[in-house]
Order: sequence, then C-alpha cells, then structure tokens
Amino acid sequence: MSNWDRFVETFFNAKVMAKYLPDIAHGMVVTLELAALVIVSGIAAGLALALLRSLGLRPLNLLIVFIVDLFRALPPLVVIVFIYFGLPAAGLSPSGFVSTWLSLALVLMAFSEEIFWAGITSIARGQWEAARSTGLSYGQTLMNVVLPQAIRLTIPPLTNRTIAITKGTALGTVVAVSEILGMASSAVSNSYNPSPLTLGAGAYLIIFFPMVVFGRWLETRMRWKR
Amino acid sequence: MLQTFFNLEIIGAAWKIILAGLGNTVLLSIVVVPLGFAGGLILSLLAGVRNPWVRWPLMAWVDFFRAFPPLVLLIFLFAGLPFAGLELGGFACVCIAFFLNTGAYYGEILRAGIESIPAGQIDAARSTGLGRLQTMLFVVLPQAVRNVLPDLLSNTLEVVKLTSLGSVVAMPELLFQARQAQSLTYNPTPIVLAALIYFVMLWPLVRLLSRLENRVLARA
Repeated sequence: MSNWDRFVETFFNAKVMAKYLPDIAHGMVVTLELAALVIVSGIAAGLALALLRSLGLRPLNLLIVFIVDLFRALPPLVVIVFIYFGLPAAGLSPSGFVSTWLSLALVLMAFSEEIFWAGITSIARGQWEAARSTGLSYGQTLMNVVLPQAIRLTIPPLTNRTIAITKGTALGTVVAVSEILGMASSAVSNSYNPSPLTLGAGAYLIIFFPMVVFGRWLETRMRWKR
Repeated sequence: MLQTFFNLEIIGAAWKIILAGLGNTVLLSIVVVPLGFAGGLILSLLAGVRNPWVRWPLMAWVDFFRAFPPLVLLIFLFAGLPFAGLELGGFACVCIAFFLNTGAYYGEILRAGIESIPAGQIDAARSTGLGRLQTMLFVVLPQAVRNVLPDLLSNTLEVVKLTSLGSVVAMPELLFQARQAQSLTYNPTPIVLAALIYFVMLWPLVRLLSRLENRVLARA
C-alpha cells in the first residue's frame, strides 16, 4: 500500500465514515440547537442590559459594567467548568448542555452589551434632544431614532463576535455534550480510526464557513455605506 | 456558601498547585501570542500580493481557520495525527493550533491596518529610494499597527483566554491545575480561585479596551 493510500485509509476511511455519519449528523443537530439558543438569548440579554444602562442609574450601571467586564475577562471554558463542576456543590446540577448554553450566552451577553452600548453612545446627544423636543417620549426616541442607527453601526462587529463565540459550542465536549466534537471523539475511540474527526471537521465547516464568509461580506458592505 | 466556594483551608492546601498553573499560563501566553502575531504578519504581507493565484487561496485559508473552532483543530492535532504516526505532544499541538487559528485573526486585523495606509505614502517612500521591504517595515507597518491597535489588543486578550484550551490536552496551565486541585479536594474553591486569577489578570486590559472601543465608534 502506498503512503497516499494509507493516508486516505486512515483519515478518509469510507467504511468508518459511513458507520458514524448518523452520529455526526446528530451532533450537528445538537450543535445547531445550542448555537441558536446561545445567539438568541445572548444577544437579547446584551441588548436588554444596554437599554437598562441607557437609563443612567449610577448604581445599576456600575453593576452592569462589572458583569460585562467579568464575562469579557473570563475564558468561556472556565465559566463552563465552573457551572458544570462547581455549582453541584451548591445543590444545583445543570446538565452539560445547559452549562454550555448558559456560559456562552453570558459571554455573548457581555460582548454584545459593549457593542450595543458603544452604538448607542455614538448617536450624538443633539439627536436625543431634537427628538425629545418634537414631543417623542424617552422610549419612542430610543426605539425610533437611536436604536435604528445604533444597530446598523453595530452589525459588523456583532456578527464577527457572535460567530467567534458560537464556535465555542465545541467546548461542550469537555462537559460531555453530545455535539459534533463530542460525537466525533467518542467515535474515534470506538473505531480506533480518526476518520470521524475528519467528518466532524467537515460538519463544522459546513456550519461556520458560510457564516464567516457572510460576516466578511457584511463588513465590506457596511464600510462602503459609511 | 463561603465554606463551599471560597474555603480558606482549601486555598491553603491548593494555592501552590494553582500558582504553578498561573506560571504556565503566563509562559504559554508569552510563546503563543508572538507566534500568532507572526502568523498574522505573514498572512497580511501576502495579502498585498495582487496575483489571484495567491490572493484567493490566501483568503480561503484565513476563512477556513476562522470557521474552524480552535478546540476542534487542537483535538485533531492531538488525537488525530498520532494515527498517522505523528505524536506531537500537548505543547506542540497548542502551538500549531494557535499559530493557525489566532494567526488568521491577527492576519485579518493587520490587513485592515495595512489597507488603511494611503497608497501615496508607499509611492512617496519608494521614490525616496527605500526598498519594498524597507517601506513596509519603516513606513507602512508602524502606522498600520497604530491604526488597528484596539483590535490587536482585543485579539490578544482572546488569545490569552484561549490558552485555557490547553487544559484539554493536559497542559498544566491555570484551568488544568484548578481542575486537578478540585478533583483532589472535592471542592469547587480551586476553580473559583482560578477564575478570580483570570479576572484580576485580565480586567485592566478589558477596561482599557472598553474605553478604546467607545472612542473609536464615537468617532465613526
């Protein structure tokens, strides 16, 4: 057998791949579920915090800034490990899936709050005053004048950050979530062949490569507009 | 509650293990950050080449490694390559994975910085007799780096945080040591301590970044 054949036999073993394809497909579903949950709850929480912060209540703002700083400084894996291995000592036992979801959502919340807040503060003070003086309420000004402009400004950095954090769903492997990497790893140890890992890598690319290309497209498009 | 999550006795027993982990995290960061930056520098310099045979594969390379979760890359190197007879060990795997993954991110940032320098400056520098390399090193890069400094710092913060992945391939860094101490003592205090150390170590950088970012967006 030539070197090339041996290489293919090892990393692209059709028999092994066929056998574990359903597992990897199942892992893909779990990864997608986890990703969707993280994105929706993380960004919603981040936006909520940014809106709360715009009320300008000092003690509340200090708390928000602290929480945001905390989850920007902590590595996501440390948060996952703390929730999964640490909280049971306090009588709470979240599953690996919930731990990963919660951790990544908190991290995305922190980053998106920063980005939304920067967007909100970038809208000139005069616009607030002008809108308010035409008779719009605080809420109306925020919803109809400030946010539409702020959100447009925040979309490119938010997209890139969201992709980077969503890739962290692979960290779920460490706490036994049956997402792509977890499924691929156990398939490797069962079949004693790394082909499932190749398959898993392909599955990640199918999910994230279009997202990265979309992010790049969004970035250039928004730059032209300004 | 304090007994469970911040047990002083446990801290007394585990601080040496944790501190050794901190040392390794710092060392790992010192190796891995320049490595990723160097990878990014190579990519960003190549991005200036107009030839489509260089340009498109390069872009695919960058997007490929930006789409690939770093942990998957690390596991592939650590658990996959041995099947091909290539046993690299945790440290080498971390280095290669970071070179490829964080290099792609640094590369994108540096490319944006280099593109922000007007072409006229390059022409001017070349017309004074500077070579291509000299122009790049002494005229373009210093300004490019300054223009994207907040992004570079932000990425560096992410790289330092990412060193915690080393724990998965048994590198004795901060998180790994904390997990060891936790499983020895049956108490989550070591993990809390490690989280605290990460926070204290990285908080100043986070503060600085949040100020820089607000200023950049406000100017836009």
